[in-house]
Formats: sequence, C-alpha cells, structure tokens
Amino acid sequence: MKTVLTALLALFCAAIFAAPVAAQDTMPPAPYAYQQLDDPALEEAARVLMETLRCLKCQSQSIADSDAPMAGDMRHQVRSRIQAGETPDEVRDWLVERYGDYVSYDPQVSATTWPLFVVPLLLVLFGGLMFWRRVGRKGESA
Amino acid sequence: MIAEIGLAALWLSAALAVLQLLGGFAGARAADGVAPLSALVRPAATLQAFLCSIAFLSLVYLFAVTDLSVRLVAINSHSMKPMIFKLSGTWGNHEGSMLLWVTVMAMAGGLIALIERRLAERTMMATLAAQAFVALGFYAFLILSSNPFERLTEVPAEGNGLNPLLQDIGLAFHPPTLYIGYVGLSVAFSFAVGALLTRAVTPEFARVMRPWVLAAWIFLTIGITAGSYWAYYELGWGGWWFWDPVENASLMPWLAATALLHSASVLAARDALRTWTIMLGVIAFSMSMVGTFLVRSGILTSVHAFAVDPERGSFILGLLILYIGGALVIFALRANTIAEGERFSLVSREGALVVNNIALSAILGIVLLGTLYPLLTEAFDVRVSVGPPYFNPVGAIFFLPMVLVLMVGPLLRWRRDEFSRIIKPVALAGTIVLAVLVGVALLNDIGILSVLGLALAAGLAIASWAPLFKRALLRTPLAVWGMCLAHFGVAVALFGMAADSAFQKERLVAASVGDVVEVGPWTGRLDSVNALAGQNWTAMQANMMISYDGGPEREARPQSRNFWTPQMETSEVALLTRWNGQLYVAVGNQAEDGRWQLRLWWKPFVTFIWYGGLLIALGGALALVGRVIGDLRRRRYATDVDDHDELPLEPEVQPAS
Amino acid sequence: MKTLRILLWAAVLIASGLFGLFGYQLTQPRDEFVQSALVGQEIPPFDLPAATASRPGLTSADLADGSPKLLNVFASWCVPCAAEAPQLEALEREGAQIVAVAIRDRTEDVDRFLELYGNPFTRIGRDDISEVQLAIGSSGVPETFVIAGDGTITYQHIGDIRPEHVPELLEELRKAGA
Repeated sequence: MKTVLTALLALFCAAIFAAPVAAQDTMPPAPYAYQQLDDPALEEAARVLMETLRCLKCQSQSIADSDAPMAGDMRHQVRSRIQAGETPDEVRDWLVERYGDYVSYDPQVSATTWPLFVVPLLLVLFGGLMFWRRVGRKGESA
Repeated sequence: MIAEIGLAALWLSAALAVLQLLGGFAGARAADGVAPLSALVRPAATLQAFLCSIAFLSLVYLFAVTDLSVRLVAINSHSMKPMIFKLSGTWGNHEGSMLLWVTVMAMAGGLIALIERRLAERTMMATLAAQAFVALGFYAFLILSSNPFERLTEVPAEGNGLNPLLQDIGLAFHPPTLYIGYVGLSVAFSFAVGALLTRAVTPEFARVMRPWVLAAWIFLTIGITAGSYWAYYELGWGGWWFWDPVENASLMPWLAATALLHSASVLAARDALRTWTIMLGVIAFSMSMVGTFLVRSGILTSVHAFAVDPERGSFILGLLILYIGGALVIFALRANTIAEGERFSLVSREGALVVNNIALSAILGIVLLGTLYPLLTEAFDVRVSVGPPYFNPVGAIFFLPMVLVLMVGPLLRWRRDEFSRIIKPVALAGTIVLAVLVGVALLNDIGILSVLGLALAAGLAIASWAPLFKRALLRTPLAVWGMCLAHFGVAVALFGMAADSAFQKERLVAASVGDVVEVGPWTGRLDSVNALAGQNWTAMQANMMISYDGGPEREARPQSRNFWTPQMETSEVALLTRWNGQLYVAVGNQAEDGRWQLRLWWKPFVTFIWYGGLLIALGGALALVGRVIGDLRRRRYATDVDDHDELPLEPEVQPAS
Repeated sequence: MKTLRILLWAAVLIASGLFGLFGYQLTQPRDEFVQSALVGQEIPPFDLPAATASRPGLTSADLADGSPKLLNVFASWCVPCAAEAPQLEALEREGAQIVAVAIRDRTEDVDRFLELYGNPFTRIGRDDISEVQLAIGSSGVPETFVIAGDGTITYQHIGDIRPEHVPELLEELRKAGA
C-alpha cells in the first residue's frame, strides 16, 4: 500500500518506521476512479471538489491525491454523482451526512467551527489597531 | 568501542554545558560580566562543539559499517543499502536526528563563544547561559530517553532497512537543512533571553542576532523549498503543497523567522520595535519546538503511521514549557523595564515593515489555528478537517496586501517620507498590476486568487528591483542586492503558484501499448512497459515518447516501484522540464483488460515555485555575506565605529531626483 | 507600558492553553476511527448482488424486515476480518442474525474465506466499488453495524470484534429490539 501519508511525514521529519504493507484487494478500481468525465466543465467541478474531500483511509490526503482503493471509490462516487447532475455542494453534503465535517477540508461556519473564522477577523482588527497605535503619533521624536 | 566513545563524548558535552550554564549565570549576575567561573564559559562552549562532533561522527561510522550490535543501526539500516543511504540513515531516525540537532547546536554555541565580541560581557554571559540551558534540555532528552548508542544483547543477522521513501538523495539532506534552521532560531532565542535578562535590548543586540536569524532563515527556506519539490515528484499526484500538519509545522518557524528578520533590521537601524523583536525571537524558536513536538509526539491525526513514543512527546512538551513558558514569563515580568523605541510616521520604511510584520504574524496565527483546531475540537469529541480551501483564501487576505506593501516599502525612507517622492515607480508597478489583472481576467476563466496572484507577481517582479534604480550598482551593498533578489524570488514563486493553479491541465487515461495520449500542448505515445529490478526494489516501467507542440520527441520513463526492505509501493514519476513548465507523468497499476493507468499533468510555470524559493534563499545568502564582510571590516577599524554607520539590510534609498 | 504588560500576560495565557491542550492530547489514546454520522437514522436504500453462490445478496429491504440484525462489513483480503471470525460465530450461536457486505471482493476469494473461517452470515452482498460502504458511512473493514427491525442504524462497531465486544454487541442488539 502506498501510504502517501507516510511519505508526507517522511518529508518533514526523520523519525521513520515504515508501516508494514496492509493486505490489499485485487479488484479493479471503480470505473470513475481513474477516468475523467467526458465533459470538461463537469470534470473540472469534480476535480475541484475532490481536492477538498478527505481520504478516509489515508487520513491526511485529499481523495484527489491518493492511490488508496477507497479514495478511488470515493472519486467514483463524486464523478458519477456530478455526471448525474448533482451540484458539488450536494455531493459534499451527501458525504458530510455520512462522515461528519471530518470528510471535508472546507470547514463551513457552524457551531463548532466559528472560531476558525472569527479569529482571522480579530487578527485583522488587532493588526489594524497595533499599526494605528504605532504610527498614530507621527514621527516627531528622535 | 566506537559506540562507547560516542556516548562518553555526549556525557562530557552535557557536563560542559552545566559548567557553561553556571559560569554564564554567575557572569550575568556580576555588573561587569566577570565572575570566578565565567572565564570557563567560552572554553566550555568551544569544547562542546568538538565533543559533539566526535559523538556524531561515531554514529556516522557505526552506520557506515552497519554495526548491527547497536540497536539504532539494527532498526534503521540494512547491509544491502547503498552507501550514501547508510550514511543518511544516521539522521533518518529520531535518535540520530536529535544527535545531529545537538551537534549543530553545540557548534553554533562554540562559534558564538569564539568570535562574538560586540555585546557587553554581561549580556554575552547571559546569552551563553541561556544557550547552555537550552542545550542541556536536549542533552537530557538524548541521553535519558533517546540514546542513539544503545547496544543490543543479541546481535541480529540483518537490519530492518530504511523507509524506501527516504532512500532518495534529495530527502537524505532535507531534514538536516531544517535542523540547522531550527538551531539558528534557538541561537536567536538565546540572544533574546540574554538581552532580556540584562535589560540590553539595543540596536547592537539586533545586529549581533541578525546573521543567525538570517542563516536560520536561509536554511529553512531551502528546507521548505526542497521538501515541497520532493513531495511533488515523490508522491505521484502532482501536488506540491497540501497544508498537511507536518508541512505546516515546518512553515510556521519560517513565517516567524521572516518577521523576525525584518523587525530586527528595524531595531538595528532605527532602535524601534524593541519588545516586538524580543517577542518574535521567542515565538520563532517556540514554533520550531512546537513543530518538532507535533511531528514527534504523534498527537496529530496524521501521525498514526509512526511508531511514536508518547514519552518523547512528554519530554519535548516539558522542554517547550520550560523554554517558552519561562521566556514569556520573564518577558512579562520585565516588560516595564524595556523602554519603547523610536517613533516613526505612517509613510516610512518602518511603517511598511510593521505592516509586513503584522501580516506575517497574522498568517502565522492562521496556520497555527488551522493546524491545531482539529486537535482542539477532538478534545470535545468533534472531528473536523481544515485544509487548502480554508488556508488558501484566509491566508491570502493577509498575504496579498503584504505583497502590495512589499512593492513600495523598500523605496521609502526611514522615519518619515512622502508618497509623492516615489510616485513614479509606484505608478509603474500599479499599471503593470492592473494591466495583468485585466488581461488575465478577460482572457481566461480562472479563480480570483490566481488572477490576483498573477497580477501582483508581475508588479512585484518589477518593483522588487526599484531600490537599485539610479544607484551606483557596483557600490551598492550586497545586502541591498540580497533584499532585491529575495523579493524578486517572492514574485517568481507567487507567479509559479498562481500559474500552476490557473493553467494546469490534467489527463488520466487507461492506455494500451501504442496508444497516443494528449494533454495541453503535449502528445505522448506509450511504446512499451517492462519490468526492472534495482538493488532493493522491482518496478514496472512505462516507456513513452512525448513531444511538445509537435516538436522533437523526448523519452519519459515513469515507474511504479516495489521496495522489499521494508515492503512499500512508490511512484517514480517522469518529469519533462521546459522553460515554461513541466510535464508530469506517473504510471499506476495495470487494469484487468491489460491497459495501464497513466496520469499526466501539464503544469505551466510550476518550476517557478522552487526557482523562486531558491532565489529567496540566494538573496538571503547574499545579504548574509554582505553583513559578515561588513562586520569583519568594521572590526578591523573598530576604533571609529559609529552606531549608525552600519549597512542596514534595507538601506535608505536615495530619492530618484 | 500597561497595555504591553497585559498583552504579554495574555501571551503567557495563550501559551499555557496551548501547552495544556498538548498535554491533554498526549494522555488521550489515539482514536483514528471515523464514526458514521448515520447512526440513529434509517439505512439508505441499496441492492447488492450475491457475493457467493451459497448465500443470497443483500438489499436495504432485507434489513427492515422487522427483526434486528448485525451488518458486518468485511473483505476476504482483510486480516483483522479473519481474526474476528470466531467472535462472529459466537454471536451467531447466541442467536444474532448476521448479514454481510463483502467489499471489493471476488466470489472465489469470498468462498475460500468462508471455507477457512466459517460462515455465520445469512446473506452476503457484493460491493465492488464500496458504494454501500460509503452510503452507510463506513470507512474501513471490518466494521459491524446494529440495524433495528425497522431499518434504523442504532450502533456502529469499528475494527475487529474482540471477545470482550461480544456481550456489548448482544446488548446493543437487545436494545434494538431483539
């Protein structure tokens, strides 16, 4: 099994003990796991969406960046649902309904995620305030 | 025998660090910095550098001869491995990498002790004491819980091997680069603590600290750039930055170091931003410790593939609390004793640098928040993911305005200036930005962030050289050249990022031998697929002939590789590089009908990302050389040194008359 | 000066919070499992062909036939799935009705697996592209769901069933109305 995750970790730190190869199925990938949609616009929509969905097996990669069979099956779901006319948001919601917010890398404002959006706002305000205090007094001294 | 020598050298170094701490502390307490023990501080620091090098070289030797009686070698090496990877295996594991860390740290300490004479002796003693204090924590960590020289009672017949993904020449030298960066930040931290303890937050302190920050920052820049490129070609899916927690862990110290570098030059040149510079010195080192903790402790979701030891995590956390908590508390207690620095007006070099600092700190805050937020919610049994769709736009809110200011800032004078003076270059840059903005937005249907990125990159590419305008180029200090080059590098990297995300073409196909595949302007033909065997792997290799826009055919031979010690499948991609981008080809598994999975990406200008990173590092190196030469020259004529006679990182630019 | 001091103590506070969080997480066991958010809801409609000649396939209607069941998600290529086979046998002996979905599996492999490790299943559906697995919010093999008689998912067990889990699952089945 190619653990993309292990690779990434290897990338930034040195303490590596390779995980043993997990048993793997011999089935061919789902039809749309490695095959693009014919309509470029739909494929583009699917690609953008897939880059924001988390691979549940590898845990640290989007399904667009993984060779894990389950990531392939998820890509198939995404592409075939987009093909069938669902919007990317509907597909995302379908997955979030099943796996919770964990499956989406794109946090939406909610009761559990509001600090993610409030803190940057505070940073803007605080930064502005700091700047104002610093320069508000013009440079007469020295 | 060699292992025992190494261990003994390590213990001796730790003992010398105790001496250095005590002597330094005694010296810092004396008004003139001289105490009975303080004469031993410098020799102790120098000797540590020597002993740690012996310890590290011992471990390198043990790996080179694959001495399997040493536990670390048996677990991480293998007699069949190529020599270069035996050597890099020395630091390709937790214990060895920590030994490398303390070795670099000891060398830095020795260097300061040997050559640094500019600071008051008392401040110097406090700094070396702080340095010894930090080093002692790492010695304790190494000796007590991660002894690299531990012997096995039963010698195994063969070693376990090294993760195949690490058997890569680029990666072999990647971790040490980051460690050197981290160690440089620890030196900056020691200087900050020394200045704080002796209430000597002066321009001189900033000047002494700056080369260390600069050096650390150069290594971090190279480390991140190389790491990103490695992820790009090794992972096989064409991505170059994933906002993975482990990547963020390496980005955060860089952001802090970048801010520190700029605030230190304000302090050095204008005696302003005193507390802020100290704060950044503490933050920069704490970010490298936090990063190390996150990666080693295993508390992040992504780290489950590791055999992580919670004891290590506790140890690093202990050090983190001791160093950072301690420094912050001292700081808070001392806050009223540091006078506020010089003032300046909104339109001034300082003003621009403050904007830079605020923006970088805010980005750092966002990366920290986004990385740790899932950890926080997990404590309440809620699991969320934070990824690129969050980091990209939220980071851009601060990054893009910062680039705007970056075009103007280096043209401004210190203290007070008027926009009217620099109106011409600003108007030129502004015109370029608008022209590209309109052009790209009309020509293509691409994302707003990419459009803004392209436009700002174009503007900055020109504006970054404006400080050289109307200057005698040969007499321009190297530091100014370095600054222009580094800022130009930012433009180049930004252009690469925006262009890749805006114009990338992707093609996934199942191809039989003889099939023709097209992606963007490229046309490729799958000629054959054959099996290959290497020293410790086998592979299926696809042989393709590919041409760009009907031009001459070039070979591309991507492989799907299977390693067996330990067992793992990796993708060896084929990259066809042109000046205007790269074709990225990966081969996957064979389908049941005999066709092969091919993945092709045409990535216009993607290479600019890493060229940009290298230019930034090169700019830093130029500035560092310029500074060191300047320091040496000044030392030679030490008699008539004037505090304001130094070459600032961003010297004042003469107004274009 | 005063604001600066307040800010610095605020920084100390934030850092302490951070260290506290780190320390707390260090003491917590790492739980890598992704819980299905569908627990408590009705099982989505599906219709899977048989994975083996010896048992019929599985549809969502089979799971809403009035009697509670265990739904085992397994695969012949999965090592822990073989490890939990004795526990599934034990559950069957205790009267549990067990149906299964075989993920990405071939008939001959399923047959061999059942021959080696026993067959406590009344129905086995074949899911070649993990569609049912995704539909019920399962993220790996093996997993075992408790389905009430009306087709509601009431419980999810992630990972292989150890002997100590057998009574837990029987209790969950009882709560689901067995």
